[in-house]
Amino acid sequence: MGLLQDVLDEGFSGIQHNFITAKLEDLVRWSRARSSWPASFGLACCAIEMMATGAAHYDISRFGMEVFRASPRQADIMIVAGRVSQKMAPVLRQVYDQMMEPKWVISMGVCASSGGMFNNYAIVQGVDQVVPVDVYAPGCPPTPETLIHAIETLHGLIETGELLKRRSASGSGANVHVEAAPVPAQPVPVMLGTR
Amino acid sequence: MSLVQQTNEGGQELGARSELTAKELLREVGSVLRMSEAEAAALALDEIDPTTDQTMIINMGPQHPSTHGVLRLMLELQGETVLRCKPIIGYLHTGMEKTAEQLSYMQGGTNVTRMDYLSPLNNELVFSLAVEKLLGIEGDIPERAVWMRMLLSELNRMSSHLLFMATNGMDLGAVSMMIYGWREREQVLRFFQKVTGLRMNHNFIRPGGVAADLTPGWRDDVLSILEEVEPRLDEYDVLMTGQPIWRERLQGVGVITQQEAIALSATGPTLRCTGLPWDLRRDQPYLRYDELDFDVIVGSYGDAFDRYAIRLNEIRESIRIVRQILERMPSGDYRIQDKKVTPPPRARIDESMEALIHHFKIFTEGFKVPEGEVYVAIESPRGEIGCYIVSDGTSTPYRMHMRAPSFVNIQCLPHMMRGGLVADAVAVISSVDPVLGEVDR
Amino acid sequence: MDLLHGCPTGDSRGQATVFASVEQYLPLVKKLADDGYNMCSDLTAVDYLTHPGRALPEGVEAKRFELVVNLLSLDDRKRLRVRVQLEDGQSAPSLFDLYPGTEAMEREVFDMYGIAFTNHPDLTRILMPEDWDGHPLRKDYELGQIPVQFKQVNS
Repeated sequence: MGLLQDVLDEGFSGIQHNFITAKLEDLVRWSRARSSWPASFGLACCAIEMMATGAAHYDISRFGMEVFRASPRQADIMIVAGRVSQKMAPVLRQVYDQMMEPKWVISMGVCASSGGMFNNYAIVQGVDQVVPVDVYAPGCPPTPETLIHAIETLHGLIETGELLKRRSASGSGANVHVEAAPVPAQPVPVMLGTR
Repeated sequence: MSLVQQTNEGGQELGARSELTAKELLREVGSVLRMSEAEAAALALDEIDPTTDQTMIINMGPQHPSTHGVLRLMLELQGETVLRCKPIIGYLHTGMEKTAEQLSYMQGGTNVTRMDYLSPLNNELVFSLAVEKLLGIEGDIPERAVWMRMLLSELNRMSSHLLFMATNGMDLGAVSMMIYGWREREQVLRFFQKVTGLRMNHNFIRPGGVAADLTPGWRDDVLSILEEVEPRLDEYDVLMTGQPIWRERLQGVGVITQQEAIALSATGPTLRCTGLPWDLRRDQPYLRYDELDFDVIVGSYGDAFDRYAIRLNEIRESIRIVRQILERMPSGDYRIQDKKVTPPPRARIDESMEALIHHFKIFTEGFKVPEGEVYVAIESPRGEIGCYIVSDGTSTPYRMHMRAPSFVNIQCLPHMMRGGLVADAVAVISSVDPVLGEVDR
Repeated sequence: MDLLHGCPTGDSRGQATVFASVEQYLPLVKKLADDGYNMCSDLTAVDYLTHPGRALPEGVEAKRFELVVNLLSLDDRKRLRVRVQLEDGQSAPSLFDLYPGTEAMEREVFDMYGIAFTNHPDLTRILMPEDWDGHPLRKDYELGQIPVQFKQVNS
């Protein structure tokens, strides 16, 4: 009478199939991390390195991510690869809003992360002013190795579930408002440590 | 404000047919190219009655997998046929020309190399040539630096065209071609990484020469690239050039005439596909291209297949050029020994205070460039890339303007697409091979 | 001083230039087009607001803006640069009828400098968003730098 009786009768040798036990929540997170499809949001130089990551030599399919989805509705991770201009920012936000929950964002390269060397009128100084970013990949452009490391980091974060908790605590979405840092009237002297 | 309103670009977008005046409509359906009025009238405007709204305007991009970045096209369709098309650009506008006014001539390379990110070395080269012309030292660049520049820019042309092979294949559904194109490109990039330290955005070619000498064993590295890529090009021929599906998909698609291409200022493969052999490497030689033996590849029909074939054969020509460079690479200095523009060698900094100050001055203040203005143009993989610099005698450019080939070539898209099928739109965009970083700068 | 079609010529580092006033501009380019300059390879502008004392040939009055047109003759393999002086607010005739390829370039100049072109078929912004204020490449337009912000790390 089923598995339980087999075990009672014959011990563990009575089990016909392999099985594992886990919490459903963990299983869901595990599977989410291993089949997260990226939305190809290629903007500039970084997009070329992102495509190189998808090609034969670096082979992103090892992480279950080879399916670059053109439609945001089928994607889980948005890799913002490149500089985001003022004209592009509303489009970027629109694409982000079209993605299904749960969704994550990797900001690839310094231009997307902080504006990089283009601190000027045209570039949004950090894509985190438009969408919530989970992992920042440094470099100009980040090498495929860096991007793979960023993806690995994100996978780790997805498995722990921390990200979604944090986002639901902050009311979901990127209601981030960045204001210019207050400039102190008096310059603050830099104190050097003494021995 | 709703998101739709936020992303609306008003007058930059394609207007509805019913809202246009007859003159505007005529222009948009192609009467611009010195067409006689009779010919313009024969464009059959009255076939479509503006009141019965039988046409549909669809939006393609800026987030679209086959628009090579963030190009946005608005297409007016009647059924499957494209009636009008308008590219809307600026989604990657980076303000580089403004930023260039803040950076010294020494730092300018970091800026321009990020414009056309598929051929960064060509961008640095044209910027360096323009600065050298302003300084009046263009004749004093050491031979080795000149030949190294040629070697790197030809290898860059190969990697850029290989990437075109990959993306062109991907856009047309030949996904295996994408994998192959990237595989060969990686070989070239690995050599770049070895020599310049970076895979892209090298800032290696600088005013006065190049940043460093070639690495030991570079000759074998280059030879192994050539030996690997050359037979693979024949494989591409088998896989694509002779394949009926590929030919069917590209031949006769996106046709542009020679007259149109010249009128629209198109350059590079977009001009050469119409049969005009115009290549700045041969027609206005720079560096030592006049001493090399190579052919200018031209097409004859001006269609997307010609542009594909030109690029494929240009890789072969680049291989031929690189082989000649390998034979003739001179020894010597890799940068000009002019104290004004060249920092002292690293070893000198440790022993000499003057050298340290000199080094510090060059990298913080830069060098002063005499007043004047020049326009220098070279042949990048995409066409004529020109650099216009105005100097006011300080160490930063007063104005730096890049004549970007993609920015100009993209104007051909409406003329290539008109009357074609919407399914061919992707093939046409891909065949022009625009790089949006360069279009928008 | 040499004149080309009645316009003073100059030489900048061995590159031929010709100076035209706004009135002479379109007729001059028309004549040059007939002379065989069959391609307009580049059209841009410079704002000389903070650098007024530049070298110009006699009889050419320096004004704030300068329109720079690079013409190319494919048959003779020659280049020629036309420089046109413009006041702030002055508009220039469009070269669209002669060289349709200047459409996007003139739109870019309009977008970046606010120089209007008469008879241009579609003079709208090209690079900046439609509702943008100001013309970024003017010298009195700020770079738009914002101070780099560092957030306190709460761990």
